[in-house]
Amino acid sequence: MKYVDEFRDAELARGLVAEIRRTVTRPWTIMEVCGGQTHTILRYGLDELLPAEVTLAHGPGCPVCVTPIELIDQAITLALQPQITLCSFGDMLRVPGSAHNLFAARAAGADVRVVYSPLDALDLARREPARQVVFFAVGFETTAPTTAMAVWRAAQLQVPNFSVLMAHVRVPPAMEAILSSPDNRVQGFLAAGHVCTVMGLDEYLPLVRRFRVPIVVTGFEPIDLLHGVAMCIRQLEDGRADLENQYARSVRVEGNVDAQQLMHEMFAAVDRRWRGLDTLAQSALVLRERYAVYDAARRFALPQQAVTEPSECHAGEVLRGLLKPPGCPAFGTRCTPERPLGAPMVSTEGTCAAYFRAGRQPEAIR
Amino acid sequence: MSGTTIRLHCPLPSDDGSVVLLGHGSGGRMTADLIRRIFLPALSNPALDRLNDNAELRASGVRLVFTTDAFVVSPLRFPGGDLGSIAVNGTINDLAVSGAHPLGLSAAFILEEGFPLDELRTLVDSMQRAARGAGVDIVTADTKVVERGKADGVFITTSGVGLVPDGVDLDPTRAQPGDAILVSGPIGDHGIAVLSAREGLRFDTTVVSDCAALHTLVAAMLASGGAIRCLRDPTRGGVATALNELAGSSRVEMLIDEPAIPVRNGVRAACEMLGLDPLYVACEGRLVGVVAAADAERVLAAMHAHPLGSEAHRIGTVYGQAAPRVLLRTTLGTTRILDVLSGAQLPRIC
Amino acid sequence: MCLGVPGRIVRLVEEEGLQMGDVDFGGAVRRVCLAYVPDAAEGDYAVIHAGFAISLVDAAEAERTLSLLNDAFGEDLSAVNPSPDTENR
Repeated sequence: MKYVDEFRDAELARGLVAEIRRTVTRPWTIMEVCGGQTHTILRYGLDELLPAEVTLAHGPGCPVCVTPIELIDQAITLALQPQITLCSFGDMLRVPGSAHNLFAARAAGADVRVVYSPLDALDLARREPARQVVFFAVGFETTAPTTAMAVWRAAQLQVPNFSVLMAHVRVPPAMEAILSSPDNRVQGFLAAGHVCTVMGLDEYLPLVRRFRVPIVVTGFEPIDLLHGVAMCIRQLEDGRADLENQYARSVRVEGNVDAQQLMHEMFAAVDRRWRGLDTLAQSALVLRERYAVYDAARRFALPQQAVTEPSECHAGEVLRGLLKPPGCPAFGTRCTPERPLGAPMVSTEGTCAAYFRAGRQPEAIR
Repeated sequence: MSGTTIRLHCPLPSDDGSVVLLGHGSGGRMTADLIRRIFLPALSNPALDRLNDNAELRASGVRLVFTTDAFVVSPLRFPGGDLGSIAVNGTINDLAVSGAHPLGLSAAFILEEGFPLDELRTLVDSMQRAARGAGVDIVTADTKVVERGKADGVFITTSGVGLVPDGVDLDPTRAQPGDAILVSGPIGDHGIAVLSAREGLRFDTTVVSDCAALHTLVAAMLASGGAIRCLRDPTRGGVATALNELAGSSRVEMLIDEPAIPVRNGVRAACEMLGLDPLYVACEGRLVGVVAAADAERVLAAMHAHPLGSEAHRIGTVYGQAAPRVLLRTTLGTTRILDVLSGAQLPRIC
Repeated sequence: MCLGVPGRIVRLVEEEGLQMGDVDFGGAVRRVCLAYVPDAAEGDYAVIHAGFAISLVDAAEAERTLSLLNDAFGEDLSAVNPSPDTENR
């Protein structure tokens, strides 16, 4: 597969690892933001290839993990209404709400369907005019434009039975929260290459300047990640703090302007509490007033309620890179992909699930 | 991180393991859990407890194997097969992994009220074609009808009886350190073919299901004279789950070489697109096998000479006698544990 | 963010005024929305996420990155670990 296989080449990987080993002289902690990057690191065992001085912390880059528990509960409530069909991306189905997940809702008779794209949900709404079709709109800025287009089209084609439950969030506020935290250990970032494909690089310059950390926009294949680490280590060893673009084959400085324009037309940013983190200012996207009719929360008059997490779940520390999953006392025992305590164990890219699947033993056993 | 604890009123029973979930049917960890918690305690007996693909029964010095399987697939038809052909071939394969010659099949149909008879006719014709192609008859059958909405069209359960020739001893407990691990052909074809026909995913591919009866391939492998320890047909849960089951039964460690695993380009592409791992995608006409290392080449040659084994490949080695597990050496040379499938494998988007 | 896979645009199609296209991922072809890559042409490669092209792959940049890496760290690029990639029957 072109533009994939070349970036999985074992020779190149070995060469990059050797370069990192040559460059590094002292310990550094680097965070990769995106869950897809975490997945690659663990799937290929990249953290085992790297010298001990390099610690990879896994950031809150899985939107499944950081979707507020209240939104899962709302999705379940909607799905259980007899006239509603809830369409969702696959990995949301196992994320635990306060009492259940969407899989369990389906077992109880809810009409929950996995879709690959929000446009599939819109198509479904057009094919089944008697049903109310709600799309559970989860994801970062990479996915937000796809939801924007689905709502735009619904308005254009006047599809009355389609709406979205908005759960999109933005990455820069999360990175800022991590860097501002008093217990922050992260010294450099690998920024999310597909988020930046959409949003461009501008939002990250203020972070580089304010916190004096290197940020390397990085892709998702093993060579991309090793290359990003090498670039980041180079900066750290040189005492620099710059914004660099490792993923130039997809990321332009300005990003995808068309996508940004439609997002601006459809969405506004509001404050939102992230699951496992605090309330982050301007961190979530909601539909603008003129598109309110397509907002499921308003169409179905969903109550807004706050919920607490089970105290044993350490998702917050994992999402901030302060705890590796094998160090969590519940990892692999009381918290497994079949019986998750928190979202990072559920999402196929959630850090805890990724570790579990890659077979990392709980630390006491090692 | 605090907030008032207000629960949304929700009529669902709590998800504490008190109801059947779709994941219980995935063939992985949850299925094993359901079997252990509900079925084994009630039904336990020496044959069942071994949890093999089939059960061996002896009478008057004759060794028979007996198996049953329920088939539910959506959509009912997919490139390369349909519910009918997998119902026949799947059960034949559960006999074949013991080296048995299939003697006959039964078929029980649960039909949903309103299911079109034309479609039923197509499925049954498909079963007959599969049975005739395999040289096995469906010798007895049963039909029930349930109300509209209770059965997803059609459910088919097939059972089969086979005769194990003298001297054949294929058993999942027999894998030993040093043995070679083989696969009979490219993996994941069936699962991807089914997904490509499924609503909501809709992609085009030339991949067709590998659905096929494997008993003549197994006979060819046995005829080679090589020492074969055990065979398994990786269906739901994929090759990763099947290998873990063999490793568990034999209590061995296995090391699989990822670059050696054959995967069709179309399967690889579809898995990339959907975020799936081919090692967990179902097959319906493949074998994984463990053979004595010295005989690996001989057995592979016999497989290559058979139409269903032309792309057979060695994919790994039984490593040692330890806590059972399957290790995967990745294309980058790193090693990680290849776990069983946890729940259902969902196409991932993020 | 996450799962974005490069594929080749093999056909441009308009559906009710929306620019769509068929993208080949190397053996699996899917209809995706090309509205966010208005300059897309047949034969271009795009990064596809959730049924949408979010960027066109800049072939020159990809080449540049690979050349840089190969010159510094690699050997012959064609010596990718061989795996029995089989063609469809």
